[in-house]
Amino acid sequence: MQDLTDAFVELIRRAATQLPADMEQALRKAQAREDPSSAAEGALNTIIRNVEMARQNSTPICQDTGTPIFEIHYPVGISTRKLADQIRRACAIATEHAYLRPNAVDSLTGKNSGDNSGIDYPTMHFNEWDEDGIKVELLLKGGGCENVSTQYKLPNTELGAGRDLEGVRRVVLDAVDKAQGLGCAPGVLGIAVGGDRGSSYVKSKQQLFRPLEDTNPEPQLAELEDRLLEEGNELGIGPMGFGGKTTLLGVKVGTLHRLPASYFVSVAYMCWANRRASMRVQGEEITYA
Amino acid sequence: MRNLTVPISEAAIRELTVGEPVSLNGIIVTGRDTAHKYMIENFIKTHGAIPAAEQAVYEELQALLHDGVIYHCGPVVQQNNGIWSFVAAGPTTSIREEPYQADVIGHFGVRAVIGKGGMGSKTLQACQDHGAVYLHAIGGAAALIARSVKEVIAVHKMEFGVPEAFWVIRVEDFPAVVTMDSHGGSLHQQIKDQSAIRLAKLIKS
Repeated sequence: MQDLTDAFVELIRRAATQLPADMEQALRKAQAREDPSSAAEGALNTIIRNVEMARQNSTPICQDTGTPIFEIHYPVGISTRKLADQIRRACAIATEHAYLRPNAVDSLTGKNSGDNSGIDYPTMHFNEWDEDGIKVELLLKGGGCENVSTQYKLPNTELGAGRDLEGVRRVVLDAVDKAQGLGCAPGVLGIAVGGDRGSSYVKSKQQLFRPLEDTNPEPQLAELEDRLLEEGNELGIGPMGFGGKTTLLGVKVGTLHRLPASYFVSVAYMCWANRRASMRVQGEEITYA
Repeated sequence: MRNLTVPISEAAIRELTVGEPVSLNGIIVTGRDTAHKYMIENFIKTHGAIPAAEQAVYEELQALLHDGVIYHCGPVVQQNNGIWSFVAAGPTTSIREEPYQADVIGHFGVRAVIGKGGMGSKTLQACQDHGAVYLHAIGGAAALIARSVKEVIAVHKMEFGVPEAFWVIRVEDFPAVVTMDSHGGSLHQQIKDQSAIRLAKLIKS
């Protein structure tokens, strides 16, 4: 197996410095929708200029380069231990190049490791698949929006939320209201319904890899996604919480089987800097998207 | 757009109202979670008995923060030939400093706090009492804001780690919006009240 360390550094650089095209397009559409010279329009204007500048200068879009979350798809016969080592090494190199901020802090001592190495850091999920190449997806999940991400246990009496999609709708809108501008709105919501607490959170983050313009193959979820996007924006929180028409840029919902006793709804709030990138390794050829 | 130059007078602060865009110039200091906890524990709770080892930093901060500006930011930095520069420098979430901020404003005579997401009633009260404002920078606009950081003058308490250290920086045309003023106005409270009403309507049926 070839050494993919340099390729992983490039993947990190792309994720940290180049906002995906669908996100940038959504931001431009949002800017056009806001009232001219409103605080909301001003915020979006600054955001778009920042996105352009980061791409041109190859510097991080946001100084909080987040938790790197790697989803690795690999064929039979590949050593996941070697891949993990190369990913960890790439994170250290990317930190030296200032594509990543040193972001891993020892929870006991408070000491920053300085190179993004640490206990279970970065996050890596290995999935064996039956294709013969390797695909690695990376999400850089910032701390501000992670702090407003949340989980509900249904039923929720206070919100009148039962164990059905109407209940899901209610708690998700509550989460958007509670987040206000703190998650760096306009955001994208990754939502998971079901699972246990842990698997539900993981699934909710995995929704954030989906392109904004895709349509959920499950019609009930597709309808819920559209409705939540519209109603979330009706809350009027706006970019940065300055007020305005754009609070959300996308909503993506996935489900997991659950125990009869449990009904969890996890809401992964992602800031406007929804930094995702992917790479494909096919023989000697490496391509990025 | 109103220009603010550090040091900022109380009179200039009292003129500002919620919603106003400003452009900031001069020398400011970054400080976030560890820095605020450190200031409270070493300078404020000690009531004048500053630990000897922290005296030098204290004097630096006194000079910088009186009529000065503190910025909630943990930057990405680079060092070339011993000279630091800011690569990415957007604001971090301010509400985590809510337990400390009012005391820091009062103790040092801080005129403006820059961050994102706004702060709570204790800080809002301190803004009224001492003549200070909260300036909202655009969260995530790290490349753009780094461009307005013209010079890194010093760094204190590097042992806190790069994001948590006090970085003394000179900024030019740093863009922000007044979202909490010195007259009790808070854009955050307004938006929150309004969205609560809308949420109630959406989930009532």
